[in-house]
Parts: sequence; C-alpha cells; structure tokens
Amino acid sequence: MTATATTATPDTGTAPVLEVAGLGVRFATESGTLSAVDGVDLSLAPGEIVGIVGESGCGKSVTAMSLAGLLPRSAKIEGSVRLLGTELVGAKPGVLRAARGQDIAYIFQEPMSSLNPVLTVGRQITEVLQVHEKLSRKEALERAVELLGVVGIPSPRERVKHYPHQLSGGMRQRVMIAMAVACQPRVLVADEPTTALDVTVQAGILDVLRGLRDRFGTSILVITHDLGVIADVADRVVVMYAGRVVERAGVDELFARPQHHYTSGLLSASPTPGRHAGTHRLQEIPGLVPVLSEQPDACTFADRCPAATDRCTTSRPVLEPARVSAPEPAQGRPMGQGGPDGLGREHLVACWHPRGDTPRLTPEDRA
Amino acid sequence: MSTVPTQGAPRPDAPEQVHDQPVVLELEDLAMHYGPVRAVDGVSLQIRRGQVTALVGESGSGKSTVGRCIVRLVEPTAGAVRLAGADVTHLSRGQMRQHRRDVSIVFQDPAGSLDPRMLVGDVIAEPLRLQGSRLSRQERSQRVSDGLRRVGLRPEVAKRYPHELSGGQRQRVSIARALMSEPTLLVADEPTSALDVSVQASVLNLLADLQRDIGFACLFITHDLSAVEYLADDIAVMYLGQLVEQGTREEIFAHPRHPYTQALLAAAPVADPAKQRARTPVLLGDDLPSAMDPPSGCRFHTRCPVAVPRCAEEVPTLRKVGGATVACHLVEDDGTGPDIRSAAGTVEAAGTAAPAATAPETATTTGRPA
Ligand SMILES: Nc1ncnc2c1ncn2[C@@H]1O[C@H](COP(=O)(O)OP(=O)(O)OP(=O)(O)O)[C@@H](O)[C@H]1O
Ligand SMILES: Nc1ncnc2c1ncn2[C@@H]1O[C@H](COP(=O)(O)OP(=O)(O)OP(=O)(O)O)[C@@H](O)[C@H]1O
Ligand code: SF4
Ligand SMILES: [Mg+2]
Ligand SMILES: [Mg+2]
Repeated sequence: MTATATTATPDTGTAPVLEVAGLGVRFATESGTLSAVDGVDLSLAPGEIVGIVGESGCGKSVTAMSLAGLLPRSAKIEGSVRLLGTELVGAKPGVLRAARGQDIAYIFQEPMSSLNPVLTVGRQITEVLQVHEKLSRKEALERAVELLGVVGIPSPRERVKHYPHQLSGGMRQRVMIAMAVACQPRVLVADEPTTALDVTVQAGILDVLRGLRDRFGTSILVITHDLGVIADVADRVVVMYAGRVVERAGVDELFARPQHHYTSGLLSASPTPGRHAGTHRLQEIPGLVPVLSEQPDACTFADRCPAATDRCTTSRPVLEPARVSAPEPAQGRPMGQGGPDGLGREHLVACWHPRGDTPRLTPEDRA
Repeated sequence: MSTVPTQGAPRPDAPEQVHDQPVVLELEDLAMHYGPVRAVDGVSLQIRRGQVTALVGESGSGKSTVGRCIVRLVEPTAGAVRLAGADVTHLSRGQMRQHRRDVSIVFQDPAGSLDPRMLVGDVIAEPLRLQGSRLSRQERSQRVSDGLRRVGLRPEVAKRYPHELSGGQRQRVSIARALMSEPTLLVADEPTSALDVSVQASVLNLLADLQRDIGFACLFITHDLSAVEYLADDIAVMYLGQLVEQGTREEIFAHPRHPYTQALLAAAPVADPAKQRARTPVLLGDDLPSAMDPPSGCRFHTRCPVAVPRCAEEVPTLRKVGGATVACHLVEDDGTGPDIRSAAGTVEAAGTAAPAATAPETATTTGRPA
C-alpha cells in the first residue's frame, strides 16, 4: 500500500540473501515414493517480499520447510539452499540450528499450536532473546515490550503478562511474528500467515509484515493461496503447480500478463469486484492437481490445460524467459533489489505454448 | 424491536420481482445465549423466495449460531424463527420433522460434517430416510444419482467414501445432501472458505446455477466479500451478536454507511496489485471485545475510529436510512455520515500505540484496551 512506499529501504546490499537452486523433495510413504517438490529455483533479495502461490498440495509448505531443514527424516532433499552464502542442504544440525532464529525464522498458519499455553507471552519472547542474543532478563523483557509494540499490540507492557488463551487469533499471530523477528532474522518465511483470520485482522497482519521489511530490511517469503494477499504485499510472485515452479514474475507483470495457462486460470477463477452471478460466471479449472510418484517428462498441467498438444505430454517444459513485449514499468514502489543474477526481474514461464501477448480473459469475456 | 423490513430489490435478470415473493424465513429479535455468552443478541431479518441474503461479519460475531438456530440444531433463548410463516422457535425434535424438508444446512467444514464410515450414496440418501419417505431401493438409488448429477458428480461417486474425494467434491456432496429434500431454504455456512480458488469457483457457480434453477431462498454465511458480491442479493452485516447494517448488495457495496461495514469492505483485499495498493488502509485493532461482556452503547465503539462520547453511552437503534438499515449515531437520516476510509488520513490513532512499523499518518489504528 501507498503508506509504506515512501519509507526508505535500509541499504542492506544487493546480493540475494537466499538462493534456492534445483530443490527437490521426495517422501518415502507406505504407498511408495511421493515427489512433492521438483527442481525449484528461487531467490530472495534483501528487503524483498516474494509470494508463492498455488493449489493445495502443490508443494508450497514443503518448499518452505525444506529451506531450514524442518522436514521429517522421511524426506529426501536434493539441490541447493544458500542462506547468506552458507549451504544448508546437507548441513550439520548445529549449522541449521544456528541459522534458525538468527538468520531465518518462520511463522505458521496456526499460532496456537506454536505457542506454549502455560507460559506468558512475555516469558516466551524473553526466552528466545536470552538464548540467542544473550540478553539479561531485564533487557530481554524491555525488548519484548518493544517488539510487541512493533507488531502493533496495544498496551504491550500489560500484554507481556498474558497467556496465549487470553489473546484473540489476530493477537496471537502478532505475538508469533514478534517472536520470529526477535533476533532480527534476514529472512522471514510466513506460511499462510492470515488464512485463519478474517479480513479486518488480516489487513493488520499484512501491514506488520510490510513494516518489518521497511524498517529492518527483512526479506519475506509469503506463502498463500489468496491472490488478494499476494496483490497486496508481494514484489515478485512464484507460481507452483504439482511440485514445480511454472511461472515467476514481478507482481504487476504477473497479474497483467500471466503466461502459464494455470496462472491465468487461477487469476480468472477469483470473483471480480462488480460482477454478479446474475450476469457473469466464474471460470473454473476443470480437473485436479495430480499426486506424483515420479516426475514425468511432460507438463504436469497438460491434462487440465486448454492449450495442450502432444508435445506437452511427451516433453517437460523448462523455465524460460517469457516472450512478451516490453515489460510494464513498476509503478513507484520498491521492487526489491532484484539481485545481481538478474533473475529477480525477469518474467519466466515453463510452458510450450505460453500465452504471449494474449490479453487476460476479462470478466466480460466470460459473460 | 420490530421486524426489520428487508430491502428486496429485484435482481436485474429476475423474471419476477423478488419483493412480491412469499417470505420464506423470518427472524424476529432472535437471541441465543450460551450461558453468559451472548452469541446472538437480537437479530431480525427476512428472506423471500429466490433471494440470496449474505450474512457477513467478523469471526465470532454469531453468524453460525444464527444458522444453527434456523435449522433448530439449538433452541433460541428468545425471539422467533418462522419458516414460511410457521413459528418453529420452540418446536420439539418430533414436531420439527415436518419442517425438515423445508430447510437444509451446508456446514462450514465438509470433512467434519460427513460421516467417514458412510458411503457417499448413503450420506446423500439420509435426508430421505429421516423424512420417513418410503422408497423402493431402485427409486432411492435413482434419487441419489439425480442428486449427484445435479451437483456435477458422476453417479459412481455414490460407492465411494468421503475421504476418497477431494475437498471440492466433498463440498458438492454436502450440497447434494442438503438439496435432497428439495428445501425452500438453504443455509450455507462458509461453503467455500476451506477451498482453493479454483475449487471455490466451481462451488460458487454451482450454488448460483442451482439457486437459479430451483429458486430456493438462501442464507449465505461467509466472511469472503468477493463471494458475497458474486452470489448475494442482500447483505446483512453482523458485529458482536447484532446486525449493524443491512441492505441490497448494490447499496452496501456502493454506500456502506456503518463504520464497521466500511472497515470490512476496505480490508478485503482485491486480486489486483495496482488497485489493491492504491487503497487507503483502515486498520481496526484486533482486540475484540467479548460476547460475555459486550461494550456499553454501540458495541463497536471500542474499535470505531470515529466514535464520539455518545457512542459509549447510548445504544444506536437500527433505522432506515436511504435504501438500507443502519445502527450508528453518526449516520444522518439522509444517509450522510463519516466515511472512515477517507477519514483514515486525518483521524488520530485512538489512544494506543500505533504499530511503530507503520506510517502513522495514513494508518488508523484503534485498539483500545477495554
Ligand atoms: N511428511 C510428509 N510425508 C509424506 N508426504 C508429505 C509430507 N508432507 C507433505 N507431503 C505431501 O507433499 C505434497 C505437498 O505438500 P505441501 O504441504 O507442500 O502442500 P501445500 O502446497 O503447502 O498445500 P496447502 O495449500 O494445502 O498447504 C502433498 O502431496 C503432501 O501430501
Ligand atoms: N456451544 C457453544 N457454547 C458456548 N459458546 C459458544 C458456543 N458456540 C458458539 N459460541 C460462542 O458464540 C460466539 C459466536 O460464535 P459463532 O460460531 O456463531 O461465530 P461465527 O460468526 O460463525 O464465527 P466464525 O466466522 O469464526 O465461524 C463466539 O463467541 C463463540 O465462542
Ligand atoms: S506446456 Fe502445454 S500443457 Fe503445459 S501449460 Fe503449456 S500449453 Fe498447457
Ligand atoms: Mg501448506
Ligand atoms: Mg461460523
């Protein structure tokens, strides 16, 4: 939103803080191998907010958890995850433990399950600070009060004495964020941070995330299936389908000119302001996301795709620059620094028949 | 409190005028208290045949409780529920049976509301059994197949278990079950909230099609305003157990008058980056008051960015303003009043620390501790 565009992003350098290359995750399950994530590449620049979207089960959470080694032992991980230059795939437990909390922190959908019900919120935050920052008890408490203020909790000095059950869902999520950013991590991973909350509370949480980026230059990976959330906070978007990245672009560019047929289906499926069932119909994407044991040499969207040809079912499309005319200029708000690799600003798509300059299906076309 | 007249404006494509249609559901000053918890505290509304009324509001404001009172899963503490004119407020289970076929409910969580040990076919046939219809096995399986087909599922699905279906398919099954008795009123409690965008689209299309074909009245409970805009004719906005505003879809979206309605509309994100970011944020504190001890005066006054001292003292009544009914002291009879969306830049953060991380000159944060 406009409020934050004016705030200067702290100069934190331009090298990506997080670089993921060729990430693959397989699970050994009772019914055989399950391929959850396949060949995922992404990067996160300092102070950048990147959104990951995709249907339920497409591998968003698994991707997020694999970054800091949070997956169970049944997961086989390949590829590379570099956080501030340190390789985390295959790293020793001590390295991962040091990274978590200090360099990378997480918030999840259900704050109640991540908070300890028998400790006050103040105690839970001060513990994190005493362990990681080696603060004294008194210093830690002062800092906890300050952090609760940062995430927008009124009367923080009273609130530190409260237990989680005394707080509303939105407040608990704010406490979770306060704990996650207690040690000022460079990367914050927010997995469906607002899905359990209603819109008025959600707006406040998104504002806190934006504030963290503006104030501390925190890079944020936001995982959601809500395109409204993406439209609100993300600088760039990664679209996943059945474990693969199928498209990646700046947020304006992606919404204006989706190249993958799955992305355009997703965008057209959400109700648009001003349209009513009396005169319009929502576009559906027929069929279901496949659950894969093997990654086929094909486009995994082919059986639901309106543009699929034989090529799509016999050969796997790779992520390539989209062939669209000059990209739309970003309109006066921070796009993140993009990263020196140049990946940041490019519009990439994995499709044999991308949509090119075909305009997005408007609601009028669907009438 | 008297019955609030519903502004039943006709749908542009409606063959008949909706406000000439018979009233299918009438709630009069409905209250449901769970011990000290005043979950619903005086709600009045009407739904006519062929009309979709959306009930929106914050989590915990009592929406599902209203739905549960209507299908009489619970017995209201006070007020009246009338189905096609018949008072069902205090009917016993047995007496309620004859109304079972008139009203059905689709629950918030499709996974939790379908018995995992029952085949889909039996799940769908259950309303027929409960009604005591005596059907031959063949008639019954024909009705089940028809029911499945109506919601776009193949008849073979009858032989599967609920866990073998996707979330969207399960939600279709619960809609098929709800429509089995050909109800005149459908209560749909968050039928799409648990679903993906694409699956959500198919369920919303389905509800719109069925509603058009069958013409049932529908109470559509949700907090998803984009779904409301797509499906509803009328909108009723709830806050802490009471209605604060009610009117036609066009009226509410074009001229929301209650500050809470304005905040709700301003907070719902739109899936368009340029439009979304151009909007002025209106942030309410998430320090929700308790339904056990509702605030004095206007229940919204503890979070309202434009509240005046009178708001804490005097209860605003729901009154007709323009094409809607509104309960707010600051809304004039001619419909003028504060718009917190444009006021957001000027209103001072009310008494509490605004999040230091936000720019205080544009974000209004009110979250006064009670
Ligand atoms: N521990 C596990 N063992 C086996 N399979 C798993 C495990 N965790 C996840 N999966 C599978 O991996 C796939 C991707 O799951 P993931 O949780 O990443 O989906 P998601 O995109 O986050 O979906 P949602 O939007 O529903 O949260 C799914 O098919 C899931 O069933
Ligand atoms: N059986 C019950 N016993 C006691 N309190 C209850 C019961 N059921 C609901 N409540 C309380 O009544 C209030 C209204 O709950 P209700 O489920 O109707 O809200 P809602 O508007 O449907 O919320 P949501 O959007 O989260 O579904 C809440 O404060 C809730 O905690
Ligand atoms: S590769 Fe083929 S099947 Fe896949 S999205 Fe493109 S056109 Fe459709
Ligand atoms: Mg997930
Ligand atoms: Mg509910």
